[in-house]
Formats: sequence, C-alpha cells, structure tokens
Amino acid sequence: MDLLYQIFVNPFGQMVAAPDLLVQTLWEGLVSGVLYALIALGFVLIFKASGVFNFAQGIMVVFAALTLIGLHQKGVPAFVALILTILVMLALAYAVERLVLKPLVNQPDIILFMATFGLTYFLIGLGQLMFGGEPKVMITNELYLPKGSFDIKMLGGFVALQKIDIAAAIIASIMVATLAIFFQRTRIGRALRAVADSHKAALSVGISLEQIWVVVWFTAGIVALATGIMWGARSQVEFSLQIIALKALPVLILGGFTSIPGAIVGGIIIGVGEKLGEFYWGPLIGSGIESWLAYVIALVFLLFRPQGLFGDRIIERI
Amino acid sequence: MLYREAGQFKSSYVSDMAIFPLRQDRVGLAVILFFAFVVMPLSMSSFTLNSLMIPILVFSLATIGLNILTGYTGLISLGTGGFMGVGAYATYKLTTVMPEINIIVPILVSGLIAAAVGVLFGLPSLRIKGFYLAVATLAAQFFLSWCFIRVPWLYNYNVSAAIEVPTRTLLGVPITGPNASPVTRYYVVLTIVVAMTWFASNLVHGRIGRMWMAVRDMDIAAELIGIRLYQTKLLAFAVSSFYCGVAGALMVFLWLGAAEFESFNINESFLILFMVIIGGLGSLIGSFMGAAFIWGLPVLLRAAPETFGIPIHSATVEHLQFMIVGALIIFFLIVEPHGLARLWQLVKQKLRVWPYPY
Repeated sequence: MDLLYQIFVNPFGQMVAAPDLLVQTLWEGLVSGVLYALIALGFVLIFKASGVFNFAQGIMVVFAALTLIGLHQKGVPAFVALILTILVMLALAYAVERLVLKPLVNQPDIILFMATFGLTYFLIGLGQLMFGGEPKVMITNELYLPKGSFDIKMLGGFVALQKIDIAAAIIASIMVATLAIFFQRTRIGRALRAVADSHKAALSVGISLEQIWVVVWFTAGIVALATGIMWGARSQVEFSLQIIALKALPVLILGGFTSIPGAIVGGIIIGVGEKLGEFYWGPLIGSGIESWLAYVIALVFLLFRPQGLFGDRIIERI
Repeated sequence: MLYREAGQFKSSYVSDMAIFPLRQDRVGLAVILFFAFVVMPLSMSSFTLNSLMIPILVFSLATIGLNILTGYTGLISLGTGGFMGVGAYATYKLTTVMPEINIIVPILVSGLIAAAVGVLFGLPSLRIKGFYLAVATLAAQFFLSWCFIRVPWLYNYNVSAAIEVPTRTLLGVPITGPNASPVTRYYVVLTIVVAMTWFASNLVHGRIGRMWMAVRDMDIAAELIGIRLYQTKLLAFAVSSFYCGVAGALMVFLWLGAAEFESFNINESFLILFMVIIGGLGSLIGSFMGAAFIWGLPVLLRAAPETFGIPIHSATVEHLQFMIVGALIIFFLIVEPHGLARLWQLVKQKLRVWPYPY
C-alpha cells in the first residue's frame, strides 16, 4: 500500500507542491529531447533515402565536433574552421558513397547496417589518431554562441533557462523547417523520396542514385555538425557521446523511422519522459534509471503502435 | 587432390543426411579436435592460452548463441552482453550461496536463468521485428547492466561492486579462481564448448532448427504451414540466451577471474554481433571463425609492430587497430557478405574440382 502511494500519489504531490521545479524539469527534458531529435534526424534522413540504418550517426556527431575544435586549435579562425569542417563532411559523404555504399548495392539491410558499424570503428580510430581521445571543450565563444541563463520568476520560484539551450531549440526548429521544405518542394527532395520508395524505379526514371546518396550523407553530416556543436556546448565533446547517440533509437521508434516531424516529437516525448521519470520516480528504485527508461518507454509504445506516431503503416505481403 | 569424394558411396539415408558426408571432413574434424585437446595445451604458453585460446572459445560459444537467434531465426538482438552478464552474476550468486555444489552445476543452471530472462525480453518479438526488435533488445541490455550496478544483492554487497571469482575445484583440481592453471581452465572451457556445439549442431539440423529457419525466411509463410510462431521465437530466445549465459559464466569464472558491470556493456553485444556477421549468419563453423578473427586480429595487430621492429607508440597502435578493424569489416562485407563460413565453402568447392575449374 505504501509502495503504491509512493508510486502513484507522492510524485504528483511533489509536482503540485513545487511547480517551479516541475517547470525546470520539463524544460531540461525538452532540451535534451531536442538534442536526441537532432541525432534522430540524421538517422531518418539516411534511412529515408537509402534504407540504410546508419549506426555511424553518433560517431559522425563526435567526429564533426572534433574536426571543428581540432582545426581551431591549429590556429584556423572559427568560421573558416566551420566551413572547412563542412567540406570535410562532404568529403566523408563522397568517400562513404564510393567505398561503402556503392560496392554494397542490393545487399540485405543487415549487411549495410554492419557496414556502418565498420564505418563507426574506422571513424573512432581516425578521430582518436588525429585529435586524441581526451574530452574537448567546444569553442562556444568563438562561434558567438550565447552563454549564461535567463532566470524567470514564476510560480513562486525561479526557473533558469540556459541561453545555449534556447539557441539549440531555435537552431533545431530552423533545421527541421528547412529540411521539410527541402524534402517537399525541391527537385532533389522529390528524387530523395523516390529513391526511398524504390531504388530500381528511381533508377529507371533517371535519378542518379550516387548523387542522391552523397547529398543525403552530406546533409546528415551537417546535421551531425550542428548536433555536435550544441551538445558540445552543453557538456564536452568526447567519444562516449557515441553511446548516448543510441538514445536516438527509441526516439525513432516513437516517431516512426521515416518521418521528420516524428523525430522531433519523439525526441521531446523521450527527453521529457526521461527527465520526469528520473526526477520523480528515480529515487524509488535507485537513481540512474535514465539509462534505460527511454528504451522501456519505446518498448511499451511498440506493443501498441509498431509503426510509430507518424510512420508509414507497415504492410506485409507474402 | 586429397579432397575428393570419388569412391565414397552413400548406401543409406542416414549417411546421405550426415552432417559431415565426406570422409575427409570427418578426418579433418578429428584432427582439429586432436589439436585442440592434445597439441595446443602442450605446445602453447600459458599466456597464449589465457589471452587467445580461452577467449576465442568463450566468444565462440556466445557467438553460437547469438547465431541461433540472429542467423537461424532472423531476430536481431543487441542484448547479448546483458544475457551473458545474467549468466555470470547468477553463477556467482549460486556458487557463493551454495559453495559445496560442483561449479559446473551453477554454470549450467545460470544458463537456464539467463534463458528465462531471455524469454522475458523476447516476449515483444511476436509483434515487432527487424530494427524495432533490435531496439527492444537494447532495452534489455541497458536495463540489465543497470541492474548489475544498482542491485547490490547481485554482487553480495561488495564495496567494489565487482564480482571476484572464488576458488572451486573439480575432482580435487582447482578450476576457477586465482589458483587454477590456464591449462586446466582451457580444458574445462574446451570440453563445455565442444559439448554445447555438438548439442547446437543437433538442434539446428533437426526439426527445431528447420522451424527456426522457416521463421527466418518468412514468418507469415511459416505460420501458414503450421509452425507456431510464438513458441518457436521464444524457444530461439531461450536457447540463445542459455548459450550466452553459459558463455558469460565461463568468461568470468574461467577467463577473467573478476568482473563488474562494465564487462557486460553494450560494446560486448556489438562485439558478438560482429563475430556473427563476419563469421557468417546461420553457420556454426562460422561462429568459431568469426570469434577467432575478431578476437585474434587485434592481438596480431598489437604484435605486428614489435615483430617488424617498427617503432610506433602503443596508443597509436590502438587507434590504428580501430581503423583497421573497421576497414576490414567493410572490406569483408563487400567481398563476401555471407561471411567467412561461405568463403570456406567456396574454398572447399574449389578444392573438390581442382585442378580443373569446372
């Protein structure tokens, strides 16, 4: 009985008693959700256009951020370094298309998935070889990213909103809007959707697969760079980020593997759910439940709606 | 020349359906077993046994486990590390609570416990498949490794939050703990692995294995010909987790000697998945090849600069090792997506018709 009270009554009591804390928790959840969503966005882009489940998205985030910092440490001005990093991501996209995707055309999904695993290992080694394995600090000042926080007085307390978080949210929304327009309105966007539907049919109407893949991986690279900057500004750039990036998977399940708005909504649900769970229910069973709560939320969700919130309906044919 | 089937006639249905229909294969298997049981322990240093042979055998067992699930039944799992951890922690619990029982019994019983946990996390597998299932098994992985650190009961409230392997004897010889010699441990691991491989081989070549493969190839069609999907998938989860659990127990008790929650993290799961894919999906011999390749390659790479006298910093070697392993995985997938086992088959085919190409 006491346990039931602890689970079902007490947390809500706490929420009502300290609404400012609740708002703060919700905000934190929202921000980490936006960051998950950014990683998930990279996954979705590549999955939509090439059907490849890109495990390397997490390491691409780390790699892009490291390249940016590494170039800046070599004495390159911050914005030149930013442009150079974008060029590096373009080169990476080309290399991936030439050396990994092209020779593996028409292989089953799991083989392509494994290939991105190999890519992950390769990038981990390359990143450590060039920039060293120790955590690095993101060059926030040089990129004119805002620092500090707004303290808003509300509900009988203070809620602190970090400026960098607000910037992250704004950048994420701009990116999503741009990508949505890009996918819906432009020629290349249409070609991308055609490729996602069927490789063969797209080829037969004259769409160049190679070009599309480079575009998609390049876009995912830019998304990775943005994620890396934002995430790096909040904490540090280190290789363990790569594992945190796996959190994008439950986000994708919630949002559906093929939907860009789904990635955002899923990210926010996971982020908020996770922080609320950790803060209000975590102490009951020992802290640290953040590490698996997202996956369990996704698991429960899967049982009721396997295609996700916005995903295409899964139709099976014999 | 040596590898010909000419003159070997099959006169009964049993001999036609044999797993090793050729005499040369049977002889080859006997030679390998002879090497493994007699020559290797006598000729290899205890360092080689401990850092190369025992891990390869342990990982082969785990790879067979994952191969049953992923290769034979077509269900992707990223929870292997967690299931191995269940085996290790269960063995630790059992053998510290009941120290007088022969250590082999807790190892096998904890395999059963791992199987039960595996079935629990396999429950969603009827409704979901593919990558969705992979994420569901990730939930198992992260939840279990959280348990290994947050539930102190599992490691007997040790301050270090790690499990230390106590000394246990078999027929008066210590086989676990700090006093056990590498050769004894190698023999125990080898015997268990050979026995369980034999069992797995019978399983996958029989009715159950065919049910699994039917589900893998197309589950709806399998259902239509009367295979009960739910039972078949859950059985695959159970058997697979049993193998992984035993492998985890062997890993801690007969190889590492101590473990903490970090020993069974997500990287462990990925490592085993690599071994399955590189070795070949749905192949037992591939499981051994994959484990030997993925585990042996970094060892070779570390040894290479010293052998050739190239002065490279050890950290650089480690970074290069990541790059080389990554590049090799991609290379192998491009050259032969069906893994080393398929490569081995092609070689055998070439040998049969040699020196004529057709």
